[in-house]
Amino acid sequence: MDNKLLEVSGLTMRFGGLLAVNNVALEVNEQEIISVIGPNGAGKTTVFNCLTGFYKPTAGQVIYRGEPVQQLPGHVISRKGMVRTFQHVRLFKDMTVVENLLVAQHRHLNTNFLSGLFKTKSFKKAEAEGIERAANWLERIGLAEFANRQAGNLAYGQQRRLEIARCMMTQPSLLMLDEPAAGLNPAETDELDELIVELRDQHKISILLIEHDMKLVMGISDRIYVVNQGCPLANGTPKEIQSNPDVIKAYLGEF
Amino acid sequence: MSKSSFIDALIASVVMLILTSWLLGLQLDNQPDGLRIILNDAAHTTWVIVGVILVFFTQLFKAPISRVFSGIKSKGQDSGFKLPAPEEKPTLYRFLTIAALAGLLIWPFVASRGAVDLATLTLIYVMLGLGLNVVVGLAGLLDLGYVGFYAVGAYTYGILNTYFGVGFWTALPIAGCLAALFGFLLGFPVLRLRGDYLAIVTLGFGEIIRIMLNNMTDLTGGPNGISQIDKPTLFGLEFNRRPSSDEATLFHDFFGIDYSSTYKVIFVYLAAVLLVVLTVFVINRLLRMPIGRAWEALREDEIACRSLGLNPTIIKLSAFTIGAAFAGFAGSFFAARQGFISPESFTFIESAIILAIVVLGGMGSQIGVILAAIIMTILPEMAREFNEYRMLMFGLMMVFMMIWRPQGLLPMTRPKMEMRNG
Ligand SMILES: Nc1ncnc2c1ncn2[C@@H]1O[C@H](COP(=O)(O)OP(=O)(O)O)[C@@H](O)[C@H]1O
Ligand SMILES: [Mg+2]
Repeated sequence: MDNKLLEVSGLTMRFGGLLAVNNVALEVNEQEIISVIGPNGAGKTTVFNCLTGFYKPTAGQVIYRGEPVQQLPGHVISRKGMVRTFQHVRLFKDMTVVENLLVAQHRHLNTNFLSGLFKTKSFKKAEAEGIERAANWLERIGLAEFANRQAGNLAYGQQRRLEIARCMMTQPSLLMLDEPAAGLNPAETDELDELIVELRDQHKISILLIEHDMKLVMGISDRIYVVNQGCPLANGTPKEIQSNPDVIKAYLGEF
Repeated sequence: MSKSSFIDALIASVVMLILTSWLLGLQLDNQPDGLRIILNDAAHTTWVIVGVILVFFTQLFKAPISRVFSGIKSKGQDSGFKLPAPEEKPTLYRFLTIAALAGLLIWPFVASRGAVDLATLTLIYVMLGLGLNVVVGLAGLLDLGYVGFYAVGAYTYGILNTYFGVGFWTALPIAGCLAALFGFLLGFPVLRLRGDYLAIVTLGFGEIIRIMLNNMTDLTGGPNGISQIDKPTLFGLEFNRRPSSDEATLFHDFFGIDYSSTYKVIFVYLAAVLLVVLTVFVINRLLRMPIGRAWEALREDEIACRSLGLNPTIIKLSAFTIGAAFAGFAGSFFAARQGFISPESFTFIESAIILAIVVLGGMGSQIGVILAAIIMTILPEMAREFNEYRMLMFGLMMVFMMIWRPQGLLPMTRPKMEMRNG
């Protein structure tokens, strides 16, 4: 069965003398939820930055749908369907909620200068469809009533949900979430859990997840990769990881 | 007023006294037997004493004074002046637009000639302010060389008119396109830079254009500039006293009225109104198009933009190019209005004034920019006696704006969107 979406091998990122990521390998199949865990400073965010073109990896290969992407600029990789969120929320804070979602649809809207100037039929239709898509997502994440509010004025949990919705507007096939549950309360974390599963089952996308909340990770992951100090430590199903002595040692220290 | 604030005030005024009496109280006098230090005249002493007293009391009452001002500030924030957004009250908005337009059209027939001429200049600054607002206010690219594109537009018309006899209305789009081309070509290498670096390079670009115009004497006339540039015509009708060539028709001949130079001034004004209305319309549309939203998104967070598949270079380049095009239009209009252009008109201070208009108006807000352009051109005219202090007042105004209203006169209002069920 060949349904590989992402294949990463030998990924290495060096910052001067610091080897932040050392020879990491990853594999994501279609419609899978894969988690990357590890202590703070292990290099998880750096892996994301390498995969999405924000850093040029020192070495290694990133194959997305059979095509090497590791040298492409960030916006090109994003257009191919690999879209990420950030550890710290990066909304367009002064713009309204719905504008945030429209910016993300830039490629799917009518960007022709003249048709926009004269509000042609095709322009209006594309705009209306864009707003319709945005409205659907806002309803799903419970933000419909805040559509015209400035994004920076939303509560933290709402901002996190909006950021995920904004990624979904680009119609990705691999969504990469960097600590999406950080700062959420238990109820919000449960909602997030539901949302991620729904993204996989209904929107048929794969999810690559960095997360510290072990209950969330162990509950929804198909497979888990553990990194420690930049090096891959273990990978396997949640059950295998939970009983792996190396992982326990890395997390709890040696007794 | 505690004891400590009294001591603070005392120390401040003593320091002030020592410093100013050295600087102002004494004078070097050139005597035959060499330089001699003498006491300054009584007037200076009085001023020193006044200054010291002022400093003393300001320091003493610093806390209550700043409390008063912060009170004003916080009050301003709750009840901040807000215009209704067009989407909220479309009829009111349409009515206001029509009323404003009607006022603009009727006004030159009742106002004095000088006032109409000044209004034309104001409209040129409105156009420049709106154009730069795209680059600085919306896309967040600090461009200090905007006057360069203005110069390109002006000289395009000047040269086309003197050497090839091209009329204003033909040259206008050419000037806009050429300025846009310059913006595009400059943008390519430069837009990789950020913030301060971009500001410095664009500043240099503005100067390069001016110096080139100064030195390409054969084409541009160097420091002497280009003179006798034709005024705009009304469908080929000229506004001069005598026809410029045999086949030209004159406005007053055609309508069988007496010649008056006022017609020309009014016509130039009306042409400026037309161009400004077009500018407002185009930029207003741009704001509601994907490209306009992308400019703002880019200003807010370039990294987030890239992660969503937006190409920052192309978006910046489009803002830069479109902004430059408006400067080109304004420039060729300026050349037509003055009838004379020289590099003198395109110094850095022009860029600074246009930038001040954008900052004063409220980054991104169109009505704010228009208001600011009016203030910035009319105030200096009204306060001509203070001409020497113009730059000083200018600076003071900027400082006070930054303290009390950093968001500008009229901050941008967000367009509201009609959602399906709400
Ligand atoms: N741009 C950078 N320059 C230098 N060092 C960096 C850079 N980005 C990350 N690092 C370092 O790489 C290591 C891994 O960081 P990070 O990927 O953020 O860890 P994690 O997300 O797993 O907590 C840290 O030691 C961090 O200081
Ligand atoms: Mg991290």
